[in-house]
Amino acid sequence: MADARVPVFRPVRAYLLLAGTWCRALAQYPASLVMMTLATSLGVFAEISAVLIVFGHAGRLEGFSLAEGLLVAGLAATAFGCADMLLGNVENLGEHIRSGTLDVMLVRPVPPLVQLATDRFAPRRLGRIVPGTVIIAVALVLCDIDWTPGRVLMLPVLLVSGTAICSAVWVVGACLQFFVTGAREAANSITYGGQALTEYPLAVFGRDVVRAATFVLPLAFVTWQPALYLLDRPDPTGLPDGLRFATPLVAVVSCLAAAACWRFGLRHYRSTGS
Amino acid sequence: MTSVRESAGSAPPSGAGEGPVIEAVGLGRDFVLSEGPFLRRRRRVVSAVSDVTLTVRPGEIVGYLGPNGAGKSSTMKMLTGILTPTRGHLRVAGLEPSRQRTRLAGRIGVVFGQRTTLWWDLPLRDSLALTRHLYRVPAADHARRLAELTELLELGPFLATPVRQLSLGQRMRGDLTAALLHGPRLLVLDEPTIGLDVVSKSTIREFLLRLNGEEGTTILLTTHDLGDVERLCERVVVIDRGRKAYDGGLDGLRASVPAPRVLVVDLASPVGPVRVEGARCVRVEGPRQWLELSDNPAAVIARVADRHEVADLTLREPDIEGVVAALYRGEAAGNRTP
Repeated sequence: MADARVPVFRPVRAYLLLAGTWCRALAQYPASLVMMTLATSLGVFAEISAVLIVFGHAGRLEGFSLAEGLLVAGLAATAFGCADMLLGNVENLGEHIRSGTLDVMLVRPVPPLVQLATDRFAPRRLGRIVPGTVIIAVALVLCDIDWTPGRVLMLPVLLVSGTAICSAVWVVGACLQFFVTGAREAANSITYGGQALTEYPLAVFGRDVVRAATFVLPLAFVTWQPALYLLDRPDPTGLPDGLRFATPLVAVVSCLAAAACWRFGLRHYRSTGS
Repeated sequence: MTSVRESAGSAPPSGAGEGPVIEAVGLGRDFVLSEGPFLRRRRRVVSAVSDVTLTVRPGEIVGYLGPNGAGKSSTMKMLTGILTPTRGHLRVAGLEPSRQRTRLAGRIGVVFGQRTTLWWDLPLRDSLALTRHLYRVPAADHARRLAELTELLELGPFLATPVRQLSLGQRMRGDLTAALLHGPRLLVLDEPTIGLDVVSKSTIREFLLRLNGEEGTTILLTTHDLGDVERLCERVVVIDRGRKAYDGGLDGLRASVPAPRVLVVDLASPVGPVRVEGARCVRVEGPRQWLELSDNPAAVIARVADRHEVADLTLREPDIEGVVAALYRGEAAGNRTP
């Protein structure tokens, strides 16, 4: 009987199933898929070019060299890209509420967040993740990193944490749409706006932004604190150096907060008249 | 599929050995509306559904009727777990819908007439296969049920067609199949025949009757189509302004509203409105006149025939449409809840 199996894996299984279905549907138009993926990659190259130009003119930013800047930008592109691919579609929540398709999702025995995230699942977003990881690899070679076993083990943990924090921000942004119609644009200012914040060494934005991004919306833990950890740098903004070790914890707390927001939103969902 | 067929958990055992499929006591849902300009915004609480008490036993077909905005959809959404009730006790298929929504989804089938539960871009067959995985129906059960439903609902010719290319009638049959593949004990239909032609409507009605008769599936449907009600429902619940206005048989519904019978008289030649005791002329069209009866029809016919030359006459029973309209207007003889 179905209910007797481990329930934790059911959402994951449903996610893979639904995402796989969309991938197969899109694979019927391979040329279109390749073009879209390349177009997505162009966005990353534009961002990286901007980083190269800024560092080319400034030389060093807050003590960060070009290679170190690339590491930050690569971490940002990868974490944001993964979150965007896994959960980016939740930003369509408002449309699903208006058209009533959320009601349909709610009467299927699969968590609605899974259905929302996989609806029109877009494998083209790999076009952001692949160049992102290449840039990380290049930057790691160019940077002078003391590769202790701890750092080797922490690298994937930091990437997963960054992805988790970005995903949590996406979900919290989407939850606003339960209460305010047209909140998508407002949510985008923190999702896409937040991404811009993670692309450069955070200290360049000044103390107040650093504090806000550390203690309010924890975007500092997507690239800034991980970079400080990997490069073994003291924090130039004067926050305790121990903060960087809190990255996985911050990721877990962010996800729990996002899950609580989602449940709260769903309980207060009003549906539309029909 | 034992989970689908297991009996209602905490419901008290009834004579039939199985508890009610739906049990609602004092169910209510409020909406808070904010109106007026910013800063002077006022909050107003509107009750979409108030104090609805309803028990549906296994095997019943219940029509849930009411004018637009009466609270039909809100009730349906509470029953399926989409909306959280503001107050009251509610159990559906032995579960509490808003808290156990995902589990409940495996025990009930839901069809929205206005929107599809299928995947727009997938062929119907793939959409149904995906449903099988999401509901975790064993492959053999799925194949058997799909074959049955394909035959009953004549899905064969369009199983390979993408859902977006299906006609409304085909789509509705596809939606019904998707809702029934996991063998739910309760089928909730929100306006299942809306926009369908006469033949499609009739296919769906006959199918639902057969499903109810052969498998004992409990059916709860909302509809504005009184043909659905007359063909399908032994029991109707009428909701008006969020409150239950009537709950009982279709005949009782007719009796509860003073809807007079109408005598249609074709006279030999056009004359002014006929005036006889026990009847009131409500409409004149050339030689044809409509008389609303307040007396025994035989007596009225005799009186009319005395004064005029009658070519033809018909006696019309109040139709259910008129009865429900009268009920919506609040002309019921009193709320009857057997």
